[in-house]
Amino acid sequence: MQPETSFARVPDTALTETDPPLLCPDYVGTRLRAPKNPLVLLPASLSELTGPVYGDGPLRETDADLTRQHAGEPLGERIIVTGRVLGSDGKPLRGQLVEIWQANAAGRYRHAVDTHDAPLDPNFTGWGRCLTDDDGAYQFTTVLPGAYPWGNHANAWRPKHIHFSLFGRAFPERLVTQMYFPGDPLFPFDPIFNSIRDGRARQRLVSNFALELTQPDWALGFRFDVVLGGREATPLEEPHDD
Amino acid sequence: MTEITLTPSQTTGPYLEIGLLGGPISNHLVDESDPRAVRISGVLLDGAGDPVADGMIEIWQANAAGRYAHPADDRVEIPLEIGFTGFGRSGTESGGSFAFVTVKPGRVPWVDGRLQAPHLLVGVFARGLMKRVATRLYFPDEDLANAEDPVLLGLEPAERTTLVARAEDGALRFDVVLQGARQTTFFAV
Repeated sequence: MQPETSFARVPDTALTETDPPLLCPDYVGTRLRAPKNPLVLLPASLSELTGPVYGDGPLRETDADLTRQHAGEPLGERIIVTGRVLGSDGKPLRGQLVEIWQANAAGRYRHAVDTHDAPLDPNFTGWGRCLTDDDGAYQFTTVLPGAYPWGNHANAWRPKHIHFSLFGRAFPERLVTQMYFPGDPLFPFDPIFNSIRDGRARQRLVSNFALELTQPDWALGFRFDVVLGGREATPLEEPHDD
Repeated sequence: MTEITLTPSQTTGPYLEIGLLGGPISNHLVDESDPRAVRISGVLLDGAGDPVADGMIEIWQANAAGRYAHPADDRVEIPLEIGFTGFGRSGTESGGSFAFVTVKPGRVPWVDGRLQAPHLLVGVFARGLMKRVATRLYFPDEDLANAEDPVLLGLEPAERTTLVARAEDGALRFDVVLQGARQTTFFAV
């Protein structure tokens, strides 16, 4: 049975105005994992116009405060990370689940696979979740994660970052990304950060230090807004596949 | 051209389990005791055929009656099911394996009003994936519906084959191959 209709095939490399390409050879992990066949460009049916809506009831207050999930306080610089989750039309996305995870202040993840010779902190697990409010705003209290080495290349170190997971209004808008901290000296050397080809797009992952969010005698404030919009614009030149 | 201000994607890295697994989102969309329960399992494989043990699979689907639990599906004549979100998430374990317990969704309309065959939307995340990749799962006992599904009809036979789960020991088997000759068909959605 031959196709009765054919969808356009789009090379992933044509969809990189914002997102990184799937294959980034400098990041060794992509070499055997990046799909190489062109993507099949689907129109949005009801399946793609809908998507997960978090409805499992209220979260605990300590879910958004990574410094209060254990008996004692974690070590490190206490920080507040806040921002707004917006649609591509600039409208706030309300009631959105925001999930984060990160290394501790010493640059160690509480995970069996992380064998970095840096101490675990008995008072820090490194996960958080919260829902956005009516203004699309989320807020976490945590500690500044440490930089850490990884095996990608000789003397490779990841810049300090917090992983973010977001949903948007429909399945195509789902996004997992990383938030970085301003002025990190490791930026020029990190193949994951630099996988984003456009310099301005890359800068959108760097949070801003905000004195107005900084709480006296308590914690430094950082602002990180997220804009969710799903698939990038279809390239103007359709691939010719017939 | 308007300036694009979307937030770019970054890989989940190898530690997504800390933040995304074990929380309120489960791989059981219904209880195993539900008489309609369908068990789906599979492995996530890389281009060398090796299991991807640090990944995550998410599914999104309509309920058994064919209604999405989302405000954009306003077909109020089709009932919603209390407690059925249509969303599930499974980590991939040491053998790259993932599993879900869910129900077969009802048929939902295509953009031109034709009915799609029952299907799940599937999102794949892992270290080494710079962004989520998306595919679809179709059901092997739906030959008639699959034969008229607008998405399957728009694919080459070899592409189509990668999207239909196999019946195996009373459950469904659906492997996801990221790269190579047997690569799963992925969609830009």
